[in-house]
Amino acid sequence: MNFLNLKSTLAIGILIASVSFTSCGNGGASADKKADSTSSAGNDDALIGAGSSFDNPLFSKLFSEYNKTNGLKVNYQSVGSGAGISQLTNKTVDFGASDAPMNGKQDSAVSAPVLHIPVTAGAVVLSYNLPDVKDTLKLNPSVLAEMFLGKITKWDDAKIAAINKGVKLPSTTIVIAHRSDGSGTSNIFTTYLSKVSDDWSKTVGKGSSVNWPVGLGGKGNEGVAGTIKQTPGAIGYIELAYAIQNNMAYAKVQNKAGNFITPSIASVTAAANVTIPADSKISLTNTEAADGYPISGFSWVLIYKEQKYSDRSSDRATKLLKLLSWVIHDGQQFSGALNYAPLSPAAVTTGDAILKSATFDGKPILQ
Amino acid sequence: MIESTTIENNSLTLSDVSLGVIGSVKTPAKVRQRVKRLYRQIRTENVFKRALVLMGLIMIVLVIGILLTLIVESLPSIKALGAKYLWGRTWDPVQDIYGAYPFLLGTLLTSFLALAISVPFSIAIAIFLGEYFPKGWIPDFLKNTVELIAAVPSVIYGFWGLAVLVPIVRSFETKIGVDPYGVGIFSSSLILAVMIIPYAASLGRSVIQMVPSALKEAAYSLGATRWEVIKHVIIPYTKSGLFAGILLSLGRALGETMAVTMVIGNTSIIPKSIFAPGNTMASVIANEFTEADKPVYLSALIELGLVLFLVTVVINMIGRRVISRFTNE
Repeated sequence: MNFLNLKSTLAIGILIASVSFTSCGNGGASADKKADSTSSAGNDDALIGAGSSFDNPLFSKLFSEYNKTNGLKVNYQSVGSGAGISQLTNKTVDFGASDAPMNGKQDSAVSAPVLHIPVTAGAVVLSYNLPDVKDTLKLNPSVLAEMFLGKITKWDDAKIAAINKGVKLPSTTIVIAHRSDGSGTSNIFTTYLSKVSDDWSKTVGKGSSVNWPVGLGGKGNEGVAGTIKQTPGAIGYIELAYAIQNNMAYAKVQNKAGNFITPSIASVTAAANVTIPADSKISLTNTEAADGYPISGFSWVLIYKEQKYSDRSSDRATKLLKLLSWVIHDGQQFSGALNYAPLSPAAVTTGDAILKSATFDGKPILQ
Repeated sequence: MIESTTIENNSLTLSDVSLGVIGSVKTPAKVRQRVKRLYRQIRTENVFKRALVLMGLIMIVLVIGILLTLIVESLPSIKALGAKYLWGRTWDPVQDIYGAYPFLLGTLLTSFLALAISVPFSIAIAIFLGEYFPKGWIPDFLKNTVELIAAVPSVIYGFWGLAVLVPIVRSFETKIGVDPYGVGIFSSSLILAVMIIPYAASLGRSVIQMVPSALKEAAYSLGATRWEVIKHVIIPYTKSGLFAGILLSLGRALGETMAVTMVIGNTSIIPKSIFAPGNTMASVIANEFTEADKPVYLSALIELGLVLFLVTVVINMIGRRVISRFTNE
């Protein structure tokens, strides 16, 4: 009972604080305007987000933690990155979440500039089914690309043997497993292959769905994992978190510096410790970092730079920005336990700068 | 007099009422009550009839609305790709090349293969339940089991297919010496065949039960065996009904998404044999819709829906022609 009282007092306190903030920001003249915005934007104690399904487990945890301390409800719809971006474009959500930065066509579809804030990093691992191989398989970029292009078709190919000295490879056919549904995981993986292989970038390219030259498609991580588990000689890509949770074997991949890196939360965070451009729209694939895992990428939250649109209240904008600021700072402590890679210091600094550039009616929201 | 004119049907006319009014001034209340009831009945009739018309209209509007939405939404893709879309063999979202041919082929291949596998079973079940054993606990049990097949959610079939059927198909493929993927056109046709059996079987059973016993008895009295009765009386008499059931099955097979997606292998490469992986229109839409990140891509997927819609309409129209020809004979 006491706790409840405390909570409601807190909520009222926040409400008063935010109301006073609003009146400060807009001056007394906007009283009727404010009434308008609250009626159309609905409940200002609940924000709405939509997008990446990769982020969903992390967001559920983060938003429930934030709700405990700040009483703000966040309703996140895990509909997929593409759908999240289109919902942001239609202004039906407060923020979108995507595993890939917005592309040219999506950029031209939105009416105002959109900020990309990195919130977490994920990795794509290559899981395989070779029951007789006890050592961890090693792969390098060119072998990987040729396997997925269908040019290397047997496991005992000389090119694979050359980087796995002392490992007895079977002569089974390589069965490629890939995602059949459009996904950020595919996007990270194909972006990586496009970077390391000219052949790949010319014939297939990068995207959340591509025209796979060979292989079987499975729906979702579980679909690909199922194909790998069932088919001897299969290899496919899945999210690191999924592979860890399901105890699947995954390969070490050679990075740009020449080191074979085991994918892990640490090596993904390391991959993100590079110079990050001011807009944070960087692909971490094929990272320069010497101890970084090369097939990793950021996941971003997307918001409008100018938060005053479709009758939104300044209160709502402030809450959103405060939430995001908490996510990239205090919220990062929850990532590790869920097998998400915490942001690197460089990414947090960049994220901070981007959040501070958000405005309401031309004035910065976070000081 | 009043007591005798009970309202037993709606043919009570106004003259009856006025007669009643004139005839018995003593009980105007009763008459008024009856008139009221009469009007209420007429009103109920009208309301009911209007409701029926309205429901019918809503259905028509819905179907036309869906068709229009599909057409409007797929305009960008129709403009950008033209008719080439239908026989284009490449589906490459990266370079904005969209060809529906592999999926059209996959849909037709899986559906008709499934139909070919399921028809012997469904006809046999229909004859067994309709003619040989229409009553008793074993046929009841069989009937309920068959109907249960239709009630199981398709994702469960997909799951069962992936966990049980695919490994069996894989070992079968290893034996006959084709690439042992396990998943593919063949596996999805098997799953589909199981799923669509109840539609043809249930309808077939009811039409076979409706064959007039006079016809059958006449045949028996002429010395026909049971097989001859089935062949020369029952099948000819019920063929339009049996065909309608098969058509219903085909419709279900064409649109099935979830179970097929899980076992077909999802590749946009044109299948070289029935054991190769492929893809169907419905499963491509389900797979790629959420992450379609370009307007033309999204529109191409909706056009796929339009093509599926039209394929279903065309097959239904052909079916209708066939049924009416059967019936006229």
